[in-house]
Amino acid sequence: MAKKLFEGLRIVEVTVYQTGPLTTQAFSNLGAEVIKIETGSQMTGGPGGGAPGVGTANAKATNKLSVSLNFANPKGLEAARRIIATADIFVENLAGHSLIRKGLGYEDLKKIKPDIIMLSTCMQGQTGPYATHGASGHKLSALSGFNHIYGWPDREPAWIAAYTDNIAPPYNVIAILAALDYRRRTGKGQFLDMSQNETGVQFMAPLILDYTANKRVANREGNKYPYAAPHNAYRCEGEDRWCAISVFTEEEWHSFCRVIGDTALAEDARFATLAARKENEEELDRLVNEWTINHSAEEVMTLMQEAGVAAGVVQNAEDQAQRDPQLRHRNFFSEVDRSGGTGTFLSPPGAHFLLSKASCELLPSPNLGEHNDYIFKELAGLTDEEITEMADAGIIE
Amino acid sequence: MTEKTEGMLSPYRVLDLTDEKGLICGKILGDMGADVIKIEKPGGDATRNTGPFYHDDPDPEKSLFWFALNTSKRGITLNIETAEGQEIFKSLAKTADFVIESFPPGYLDKLGLGYSDLEKINPRVILVSITPFGQTGPYKDWKTSDIVAWALGGDMAPYGDPDRPPLRISHHSQAYLHAGSDGAMGALTALYQRWSTGEGQQVDVSIQEAAVHSSIHHNPTWNSERPPGKRGEGMPGAGHDSIRLWPCKDGYVSWSHGGASRLGPSRPLIRWMDSEGWADDFLREYDWERPDFTRIPQDEMDRLEEPTARFFMSHTKAELLEGAVKYEVMLYPVATTADMLENPQLVNRGFWVDVEHPELDDTITYPGAFAGLTELPLRISRRAPLIGEHNQEIYEQELDIAKEKLFILKQDGVI
Repeated sequence: MAKKLFEGLRIVEVTVYQTGPLTTQAFSNLGAEVIKIETGSQMTGGPGGGAPGVGTANAKATNKLSVSLNFANPKGLEAARRIIATADIFVENLAGHSLIRKGLGYEDLKKIKPDIIMLSTCMQGQTGPYATHGASGHKLSALSGFNHIYGWPDREPAWIAAYTDNIAPPYNVIAILAALDYRRRTGKGQFLDMSQNETGVQFMAPLILDYTANKRVANREGNKYPYAAPHNAYRCEGEDRWCAISVFTEEEWHSFCRVIGDTALAEDARFATLAARKENEEELDRLVNEWTINHSAEEVMTLMQEAGVAAGVVQNAEDQAQRDPQLRHRNFFSEVDRSGGTGTFLSPPGAHFLLSKASCELLPSPNLGEHNDYIFKELAGLTDEEITEMADAGIIE
Repeated sequence: MTEKTEGMLSPYRVLDLTDEKGLICGKILGDMGADVIKIEKPGGDATRNTGPFYHDDPDPEKSLFWFALNTSKRGITLNIETAEGQEIFKSLAKTADFVIESFPPGYLDKLGLGYSDLEKINPRVILVSITPFGQTGPYKDWKTSDIVAWALGGDMAPYGDPDRPPLRISHHSQAYLHAGSDGAMGALTALYQRWSTGEGQQVDVSIQEAAVHSSIHHNPTWNSERPPGKRGEGMPGAGHDSIRLWPCKDGYVSWSHGGASRLGPSRPLIRWMDSEGWADDFLREYDWERPDFTRIPQDEMDRLEEPTARFFMSHTKAELLEGAVKYEVMLYPVATTADMLENPQLVNRGFWVDVEHPELDDTITYPGAFAGLTELPLRISRRAPLIGEHNQEIYEQELDIAKEKLFILKQDGVI
């Protein structure tokens, strides 16, 4: 069997909810050995106990191994350290300094594995006056500036859920990969201090410069964009069905008018240039809606795209999973076995990209403590007696 | 001009052919020390006409959008649609580790510069291709824009007000940034594999898929465990609507009463309110730990939210951020760009960095490193390149093309 891309790489994680698990999943899905240290009360994967076989938790632990270990206890901590000492990388996303207090900080781990690469990701970073503050991506998206620029200018900021949770994991993975490459060349490990606020703000960069250079504070603008009109989501046939359409060039504008069967509109003084269309944008949107409302969103998208105008159905999750032909062609969703052979679940691909010389194989998420034997004996070097003792003491579940 | 200092990716060279759909990819690699060469068509990339602009002057050398996404890159001009341009590109590709591009699928192949051509010149080269829908498939030749990518990506559908259209995040494209960072992830993943195989490969990034990956909270619906939510609806199955974004003295704050929820327990906030005299008996004595908190009726939730709302109104965003840390409350203010520059945590961590722009006779403050590294720090080594700024450095000094030849190439529109 061909070697998996990250075969031979070992990562240990102590993670919860989103950012941590998604970071290591980029490695587990491509063949790295990723070991979750977890307990019944602190199960990784999120609410609902993160129980394997349930919803989103299942989706974030594919290909991983699980060891159930309570490292709040000194014996458990010793075992945890031994396990981590065999790893290339240690990843955690608890609130700032939590693991330092428990004896699993970088300074502790460097003593037992000098070249370890450790990544900590939390809300605001490991140093500074706000380092220990815990929260979730739902709120952090506000601190990183995204809620303020989302919504209508005449209304409150809009809710965007945990948007920053989607920005952080790729940056974490990038930092780890760069550190791995650096270590391969120099033999040196390091500590990667990731602040989800600081990675989030990377995606605000042009607006930061607009403030620092021009003193302009960016606000929300609905769906408007200065360089395109029409540019909006337009209501189509059916209940709450919409299609986004964006017209950037005069050529596209002419094509657009042809598609809607109103070539005269192209030369109408109110709409003949981008400047004119921007000035009369409300009226323009009304006219566009009058056409789109009589067509399905899919029809609007197809007619526009075939005429060279960017358009797309505002898809919900069902559209994505069941109807999108492009995602189907790319095998975006695949069925993965649930742990314990209790059926399958639909998963997105193992990586955010396709590689021409490597592929992902998605394997089930582990049950709690499923790999205890292997990890305690082979990695931590514990004897059967020691393991039984710890189990009796509640350190191993 | 700041000197190029050592970074984690210093040994590597990147040829950056991207437009706005992929610019951040080269920035990420460059800020980590790679030698990134931004290649633009003669006269400069069309993306330079995208604002905002420095002092609102719509000059292609003053686009703040361009500045933000092209840090740490050098810049040359080259017309790869000419035979000579293709030869020059190939000679650069010989020693490149990465080529990143965002042309339509098949464009580079037609020019004889696709992956199968490049790997013959340099078997170690890694080609990162960022396109609207990927290299293959029924939509592969379709166009995209940010609003189209978000629409098809799935993250427009759940949000917004039911009486208005679904929304994208305003201003510059977020989808392109996700795709660009996916490209950087793919590039370094391929680099890892190259250590054992000695070969490069092609990395295929779809902008639509980058947006779909951002909607993984859809997982329960993908798995038919929950119907797609109605736009603007709160938590499904909840007994009430709860406020998530509250007005405060000078803006808004993000908070929700979660009872005993791990992601938003109410007690720390009540403690804080109490310490300032804003909690009444009802709030103080309320059983926040009740397991059925998510199903309490609307009028009960309103009763809890009313004094909370008045508490928030009495404080500024800065005060609320300070108090959230002090009292361990999981709330954050809805920050504006102005607020972010004042954020004590970001300031303390040296997150904001000043970058020199000698042509503007000015220094502009940028967001800095996305990671704190204990070995070689991540840093912006230089501002974005001017049009053809490094033509001489690269063409004359590195490729040894004679000055006279360069003059002719310029006349012929090759550079």
